[in-house]
Amino acid sequence: MTTTSSLAIEATGLVKSFDQTRAVDGVDLAVRRGSVYGVLGPNGAGKTTTIRMLATLIRPDAGTARVLGHDIVQEAHAVRALVSLTGQLASVDEDLTGRENLILLGRLLGLGRPAAKARATELLEAFGLAEAAGRLVKQYSGGMRRRLDIAASIVVTPELMFLDEPTTGLDPRSRNQVWDIIRALVAEGTTILLCTQYLEEADQLADGIAVIDDGRVIAEGTPGQLKASVGTGALHVRLLDPGQRTAAEQVLARELGTVTLPADPAALSVSCAEADRGAEAIAVLARSGVRIADFALGQPSLDEVFLALTGHPAEAGPGEPTAAVEEEEVV
Amino acid sequence: MSASPTMQGSFTPADEAAVRRAISSTSRPPAPGPLSAALTFGWRGMLKVKHVPEQLLDVTITPVMFVLMFTYLFGGAIAGSTGEYLDYILPGILVMSVLFTTVYSGVALNTDLTKGVVDRFRSLPIWRPAPLLGSLLGDSVRYLISGTVIILLGVVLGYRPDAGVVGVLAALALVVVFAFGLSWVFTTLGLVLRSPNAVMNAGFMGIFPLTFLSNVFVDPETLPSALEAFVRVNPISILATASRGLMEGNAEGGDIAVVLAVAVALTAVFAPMTTRRYRRG
Repeated sequence: MTTTSSLAIEATGLVKSFDQTRAVDGVDLAVRRGSVYGVLGPNGAGKTTTIRMLATLIRPDAGTARVLGHDIVQEAHAVRALVSLTGQLASVDEDLTGRENLILLGRLLGLGRPAAKARATELLEAFGLAEAAGRLVKQYSGGMRRRLDIAASIVVTPELMFLDEPTTGLDPRSRNQVWDIIRALVAEGTTILLCTQYLEEADQLADGIAVIDDGRVIAEGTPGQLKASVGTGALHVRLLDPGQRTAAEQVLARELGTVTLPADPAALSVSCAEADRGAEAIAVLARSGVRIADFALGQPSLDEVFLALTGHPAEAGPGEPTAAVEEEEVV
Repeated sequence: MSASPTMQGSFTPADEAAVRRAISSTSRPPAPGPLSAALTFGWRGMLKVKHVPEQLLDVTITPVMFVLMFTYLFGGAIAGSTGEYLDYILPGILVMSVLFTTVYSGVALNTDLTKGVVDRFRSLPIWRPAPLLGSLLGDSVRYLISGTVIILLGVVLGYRPDAGVVGVLAALALVVVFAFGLSWVFTTLGLVLRSPNAVMNAGFMGIFPLTFLSNVFVDPETLPSALEAFVRVNPISILATASRGLMEGNAEGGDIAVVLAVAVALTAVFAPMTTRRYRRG
């Protein structure tokens, strides 16, 4: 609108310290308009601080950034007029009803009273919250709260949306609903900066990913590039009988090379660049009498990427976002 | 996971189309003016009173207890009769109860800050002081409610101010204006201190002695001279005197001017301080 740049976010050398800690220590970002850009990292990596700087909530100590062509310090007001923020703590008012929250935001964004009410009704219906519209938000489940939160962010459709850990603490079903909404937003052309500690989430949604650790971007690229940078794909096999693992290891080692043995006593992994050779190895394994529970052939997971890049696993539990299953978000 | 189809909740893939429609159906209106934004925040404050009416109990029960206790326990001893003391103390308790309520403005702001919604407000393209000004405007309505309860109770107990309804309304307005100024002090505290409890404690540690070391309850003539000197210049004394004057129809313009000047001064010093800290977050 105000710029011809194809970048929605251009950040250079952002730094922010709190007391003695450098929460963000020289972050560069380039986010294309219309894309979903994932900022991936464990808790405390500096994701939220970065988002708060870009959303003009805090000023950087050093570095510059332009959001939709506007400087985040000099033209903070112009930035605010074009973006919306869904914070890590649900950014809705728990002491009001869902409907009141949306009307409040509509009014604050400049809609007249009737328009704000109509918009609230439309959003509540679209997000499956019509029945809960008159209830106080503090009685909402974690998933409902998140949906309301995102609805609140699009009362007036923003050009750029900051989403800070939108599915943390959600059960798998609520998480999938949030993902569907994010995909719908992207389909309508909204640019999204998505902070997440879930590797799968970034993999599912993002076109580009910056991996961030200790306040620095340690890797950047598409999910595919990041995976490729770690090396070849792998064949993962799980056996019905852990007692057969030694036998299976011998077969796979002969067919494909060095086998790694994960903590799971029934599992084996072996690096495998070509799918047809993997299929052959599975066939040989099956003929040898080893009983296979399941197998998968794939590129390395972002989990492995993270481990390879940082030397330590992502701290968000056991890798799978589905592991966090509390419906009620801890507030 | 093993979610059965019946567990899909109220959100289904079919809604994706509705979501997309909802996304594309708005265009950006011009940002609201400062006053409109502030009034919207005032409306938010009112909604909270509507949803949690219990919070009004704090600001009504305590002053009712004070009126009853002071009038009937000390009235005879202090003023010779309960009726005479009621004339003296009612405007005083009006002042006290409204000023006590101002502490809650700071507590409420501090509570707000611990929640994510403030981040959203701060990321909106609105006039920066609007959330603060708006919530204080909302609080002013609570001050009015608190004041009205006191006056109605007084009338029930036999209080008949000489200046009638107009005088009472004028006194109420003066107290609310002063309270508005004072509440900026507590919003500043609310942004500086760590917890709502700390704000509450610090607030009452200040407002409690200041209120008692005034002429709200007793005529300062009987006090030791050093204390008497302090009580006479205490703005709360001047506010109480001006309120009594307005209700009795013999207010001195000087007192009213001092009260207004103090309110303006408090706002001028503490409103920018609060706004700056709120912006920084």
